[in-house]
Amino acid sequence: MRMIEELRREIRNIEQFNIFTGIDWKWLEKHLERQEKLDGPLSGKRIVIKDNINVKGLPVTCGSNMLKSYKALYNATVIEKILAAGGIIIGKANMDEFAMGSSNEYSAFGPVKNPVNPAYVPGGSSGGSAAAVASGIADYALGSDTGGSIRQPAAYTGTVGLKPSYGRVSRYGLTAFASSLDQIGPITRTVAQAAELLEIIAGHDARDATSAVQPVPAYSKFLTDKPKKIRIGIPIELLKEAIDADVRSAFEKTIDTCRQAGFEILNVNLPNSRYAIAAYYILATAEASSNLARFDGVRYGYRSQSEAKDISSFFAQNREEAFGQEVKRRIMLGTYVLSSGYYDAYYGKAQKVRRLIYKDFNTALSKSDLIVMPTTPTPAFRLGEKCDDPLAMYLNDVFTVAINIAGVPALSVPMGKTEAGLPMGFQIVGRPFQEGTILQLGHFIEEKNE
Amino acid sequence: MKWDVVIGLEVHVQLNTKTKAFCACSTQYGAEPNTQVCPVCLGYPGALPVLNEELVRSAVAAGIATHSKIRTKSQFSRKNYFYPDLPKGYQISQYDDPICYDGYVEIENEGKKKKIGLIRIHMEEDSGKSLHSESGTLIDLNRSGVPLLEIVSQPEIHSPQEAYAYLTTIKQRLRYTGISNCNMEEGSLRCDANISLKPAGSPAFGTRTELKNLNSFRNVERALTFEINRQKELLESGGTITQATLLWDEQKQETRQMRGKEESHDYRYFPEPDLPPVLITEDFIQNLRMQLPEMPDLRKERFIDKYDMLEDDAAVLTNEKEIADYFENLVKLFPNNVKLARHWVQGEILRILKEQNLSAGQIPIKASHLAELLQFVDRQDITPQTGKAVLDEMCATGKSAAIIIDEKALMKIADSGELSTIIDKIIQNSPKESARYRSGKIQLLAYFIGQVMKATKGQADQGITRKLLIEKLGPVTEG
Repeated sequence: MRMIEELRREIRNIEQFNIFTGIDWKWLEKHLERQEKLDGPLSGKRIVIKDNINVKGLPVTCGSNMLKSYKALYNATVIEKILAAGGIIIGKANMDEFAMGSSNEYSAFGPVKNPVNPAYVPGGSSGGSAAAVASGIADYALGSDTGGSIRQPAAYTGTVGLKPSYGRVSRYGLTAFASSLDQIGPITRTVAQAAELLEIIAGHDARDATSAVQPVPAYSKFLTDKPKKIRIGIPIELLKEAIDADVRSAFEKTIDTCRQAGFEILNVNLPNSRYAIAAYYILATAEASSNLARFDGVRYGYRSQSEAKDISSFFAQNREEAFGQEVKRRIMLGTYVLSSGYYDAYYGKAQKVRRLIYKDFNTALSKSDLIVMPTTPTPAFRLGEKCDDPLAMYLNDVFTVAINIAGVPALSVPMGKTEAGLPMGFQIVGRPFQEGTILQLGHFIEEKNE
Repeated sequence: MKWDVVIGLEVHVQLNTKTKAFCACSTQYGAEPNTQVCPVCLGYPGALPVLNEELVRSAVAAGIATHSKIRTKSQFSRKNYFYPDLPKGYQISQYDDPICYDGYVEIENEGKKKKIGLIRIHMEEDSGKSLHSESGTLIDLNRSGVPLLEIVSQPEIHSPQEAYAYLTTIKQRLRYTGISNCNMEEGSLRCDANISLKPAGSPAFGTRTELKNLNSFRNVERALTFEINRQKELLESGGTITQATLLWDEQKQETRQMRGKEESHDYRYFPEPDLPPVLITEDFIQNLRMQLPEMPDLRKERFIDKYDMLEDDAAVLTNEKEIADYFENLVKLFPNNVKLARHWVQGEILRILKEQNLSAGQIPIKASHLAELLQFVDRQDITPQTGKAVLDEMCATGKSAAIIIDEKALMKIADSGELSTIIDKIIQNSPKESARYRSGKIQLLAYFIGQVMKATKGQADQGITRKLLIEKLGPVTEG
């Protein structure tokens, strides 16, 4: 009971950031009662869940009017693991509708504001999750990352965000945006917390055919070990992109710190990464157009009040009225690129680019152990600044999308603040299923920055 | 003008796996609507498909049964379209690289054998069912996610009769593998037909129409016949065929347009990202090949050779695997007289199945019980007529032949003493007939035999009866 009262007060204090899509206090009371009896690694720890992950009994709105009244009928695999570990799920985090966005402004629940500076966006699409951690209301949060949706908001809010290797964490129960790119991952205050949470949620799941049969190492152990001789690769072509001066200097400073600490710094090539955004917006939208087809208002979800004249207008009305602009834009893009006659020119070509990008990372990561770059080319932008310019918004993902396309893991760790006091993120990319090495370097940088 | 008919058939076969293609829900037919469903087959947010290995096994079995090539790596694709009974808004199917390709089956039509090529066999999931009523449309999603195979023939079928023969052959072979009941009435086998006409000998195909809603083999034949005539009349009167999907109206016995080319779907196929490629090994294929039963054509040939029977008889016995199995089982238990065994299976067992409206898998008499009965018949302990009556009794009561024969004292009367008494009495009671016999009307012997059979309820041994009658009636004086 005391915890509930504390929570009520704390949540009132952070209301202005619009972090939650909702908190079900009744549910929470029962949940607390059950969880308090458990003794696990997450006992007493508060966790916020991005609202595209199913928590039985709670709505899973995906930030959309389509699912505003929809309650989850089952627990995602990651939720079962968190519950078993004793974690306390305080609520569902606001997000860009169906995880489509980089600013958390495309939510049916209104934009989330950056706790660092409420005039700024917290990034997206896991903006609510990042803001929950940044505001201190939660110890940990779960986000999902399809093209940077964990790492970019982590960078914008000064938190730690990890996108695991594709297949590392079960997607069962994560409402799909782009199935071949989506991964659930932690957003936390420290690298050590990210390691802890990953260790709990990772592992093979028979209910997700794309989850990998790979052992889960004790990630926390990597942090206490002294970093071995890690070779750090700098992707020279990619860094020719337009990068904010503050971001560039913070990045170079961090590299210097690594060099001084004795890490080997070398140049690597990711020549095809310049096609990553183009390929991403074909692959991701194609899959999304299909993944979101199930939201038709037949079995659940939004249903229009107006009389439909036939079955196709029934579908059209429900979807027209319930989906937001960005979701519609991506569904249309995806439908177009899969259309007969256009498939080879778009989807087919994007698949080829995907293979090339994968090869690039493979080659680069055989020369070096890790690749580093800024998480985003700029710090957080002001609310409303890029709303009307989807392309500018998409270009914000320049350093993050290639990583999802390649399926490799990446961490965003804070690398100080701009003169205006906005946080920036340092991104560390590793080999598939080598999250340990990433966390190790992340932990080192975190300590140096303190 | 002479026309060549070109037909290609798409057959959908519902597999009899216990669970659905991508979730653990039951596939049992006839359950309460929407009781065999889960987040996966309902398309709830976040649910993911997991491949049922039985589906792969069935697909490979179908491939082996149709001489198809089998891919050790194939993949699923999504076929996207909106329909109320399609919960995900897409059907998980195969598009590029289906699991089986390039096969054939041999059909027989009007005594001529012919190979029909198969383009592909692919795995997919079924949609739910829409139940239309006056008050609206109801949806049952029990069928959603039930595994199917789609078998696509080459356009090498040239008449409705060949189409019929093709379907019969596909059904027979698949039933032999045991992967499906192939019951068109229950919907476990469905068929669409593509049909076009071209001037005889012309290399270019004509414009085709697609026929749907063909719910029996006979309807396939009828609909094709109707459509050939429709196209022929149209072409010969100077018209052109427009590409369209047609529905067969069983009541009116005609086809009508469902949708034209411009309304045809763009399914936007792309590889299913939720399922990794399907990988199978050569060993898996070889093992399955060994496990599969002998196919009907080979079995028929073997029956002709091994059991020394005519092709027609062998065809009847091997038409359904359960009957052929039953026969071979019977012969194993009762090797004395294969001809008698064949006769009884072909005559009596098939008669009983027909009379009782049973399927081949539901033969109500164990082969061992029939073998026992045939021992009696073969030893001439009972007459064939009595044997048939005993068989019916066995069906009705489940008792063994020995018990029934014993209980009802049905053993043949071959005892001359006993028969002698009966015959004496009959001759005594028929003085007129006896006299006429003796005066040369020897046809009357049949009358006396009949009387004896009547008195013994058919249990008298015919040979002995005849011999005794001739003796007792005395010599015949030529008139």
